[in-house]
Amino acid sequence: MQRFSALALARNALSGQTGWQRQWRSPDPAKRYNAIIIGGGGHGLATAFHLARDHGMRNIAVLEKSWIGGGNTGRNTTIIRSNYLFNASSSLYDHAVKLWENLSQTLNYNVMFSQRGVLMLAHNVHDEQVFKRHVHANRLNGVDNEWLTAAQAKAFCPPLRIDAGMRYPVLGAALQRRAGVARHDAVAWGYARAADALGVDIVENCAATSIVRDRQGAVEAVETTRGRIATAKIGVVAAGNTSVIMGMAGLRMPLESFPLQALVSEPVKPVLPCIVMSNTIHAYISQSDKGELVIGAGTDAYISYSQRGALHVSTHTLEAICELFPQFRRMRMLRNWGGIVDVTPDRSPIIAKTSVPGLYVNCGWGTGGFKATPGSGHLFAWTMAKDEPHPINAPFTLERFRDGFLIDEAAAAAVSH
Amino acid sequence: MLLIPCPYCGPRPELEFTYAGEANISRPAEPESLSDEQWAAYLYQRTNPRGMHAERWRHVHGCGRYFNASRDTLSDQFQFSWKPGESPP
Ligand SMILES: Cc1cc2nc3c(=O)[nH]c(=O)nc-3n(C[C@H](O)[C@H](O)[C@H](O)COP(=O)(O)OP(=O)(O)OC[C@H]3O[C@@H](n4cnc5c(N)ncnc54)[C@H](O)[C@@H]3O)c2cc1C
Ligand SMILES: [Zn+2]
Repeated sequence: MQRFSALALARNALSGQTGWQRQWRSPDPAKRYNAIIIGGGGHGLATAFHLARDHGMRNIAVLEKSWIGGGNTGRNTTIIRSNYLFNASSSLYDHAVKLWENLSQTLNYNVMFSQRGVLMLAHNVHDEQVFKRHVHANRLNGVDNEWLTAAQAKAFCPPLRIDAGMRYPVLGAALQRRAGVARHDAVAWGYARAADALGVDIVENCAATSIVRDRQGAVEAVETTRGRIATAKIGVVAAGNTSVIMGMAGLRMPLESFPLQALVSEPVKPVLPCIVMSNTIHAYISQSDKGELVIGAGTDAYISYSQRGALHVSTHTLEAICELFPQFRRMRMLRNWGGIVDVTPDRSPIIAKTSVPGLYVNCGWGTGGFKATPGSGHLFAWTMAKDEPHPINAPFTLERFRDGFLIDEAAAAAVSH
Repeated sequence: MLLIPCPYCGPRPELEFTYAGEANISRPAEPESLSDEQWAAYLYQRTNPRGMHAERWRHVHGCGRYFNASRDTLSDQFQFSWKPGESPP
């Protein structure tokens, strides 16, 4: 791998930028692999990277039906935070935030992780009580989170409107300072490049079409649009398409797939110093380093794989944004798109073994899994390599639905991000 | 926004409806005889197909009634809708 450094930049500037190499190979799939990851999003690529780096596994492939990072990884609003309510969740997401803090160094790739803080606005007494409970629960778990009055929130985020004339006045906010954003594409590319350097084959334009099992029921091969590939270990990391792929192995999943939308505005000079989220009026917004306002809307009401959402859903969010930031009313929106998110009944992910020997699944991240990408890859690789979960993902099984140990962040998070 | 064919009122905009999930999931007649696996399957497992989906809608801001519909989840196009108790056309 050609390493990036200040020196390499200078050298290539002098040689007219002609010295850069391809960042990862584009191999044809081999006949057999020791492990196959289905799904080349951030989570799948991170899993392959950790399998190769931490567990010394060789001969691994990532199969991606279109181009890497073209799924939710490349479609999300990149909010990274760990202020979740329950112990199991805050340790899962904080594990990821800690890995984000060194990710650019780990991958030798600038993922532009920027810890600019997230403000979660309270608009009524209930919000205030819930967020204070979050603040206390997080601090007991060693996760930073603090309560701000409305005036303190405005000092932290000057463009925020807090006057009493608002339909939903801002009463205060929870602030997680370690929260931030990152460059989504760079995360996919950085993991792809680092995994490729460790020998992982990243095979694009290769969709899994069926999973072949032997007489004992164990995984034996994957049929793909580029031929049959033998393997004894498959990790499914396919976000909105997980139910479809697990169905190829005869498993029914506790998942439903919904379109979730985002929009970006025309780029402007820096105006918004942090991330602002409001569960109650459903809005979340940040500004990218390119200058675009990045706005996330809600999910559609019904399951769909259409990768676009309804106009009334994004309108609803834009109305809330205009209420919080009246100065953005005249901004023009440049692009609007949707991604298909896989939602579990308790809004917590599944990172686990399955009842099929050799088949593992990492899914259910729904509307909020980008923030978990590095941790998810690390924990899922551990689970696949050792055939048992790491203590951090041990609660996030499929069996929790049978046993009644739900991790009910639906009530706790309540907003899509 | 979808245009949804209510079998009682005809095509109406999505805003008049609430989605009520996968169709044909009935509460087990004898819950006490179910294993934990069966109970979890009833409560939580869904078909979630990429393609035709049999689903329920309720026309809350119209006739107020539940009905069934089949819709292609890739194109979001409705194929047809039918009243509860009837079989699909
Ligand atoms: C609009 C929007 C906003 C969001 N905002 C946030 C946010 O602010 N913060 C946050 O933390 N999360 C957010 N999320 C959620 C986040 O994007 C996802 O949880 C996360 O990116 C999932 O990563 P992944 O690698 O599992 O999935 P993906 O990136 O979707 O990767 C799955 C891959 O599997 C591939 N695939 C599917 N079927 C097959 C097949 N048969 N064979 C081979 N490959 C296949 C797909 O092409 C895809 O590339 C948002 C999501 C959306 C849609
Ligand atoms: Zn009606």
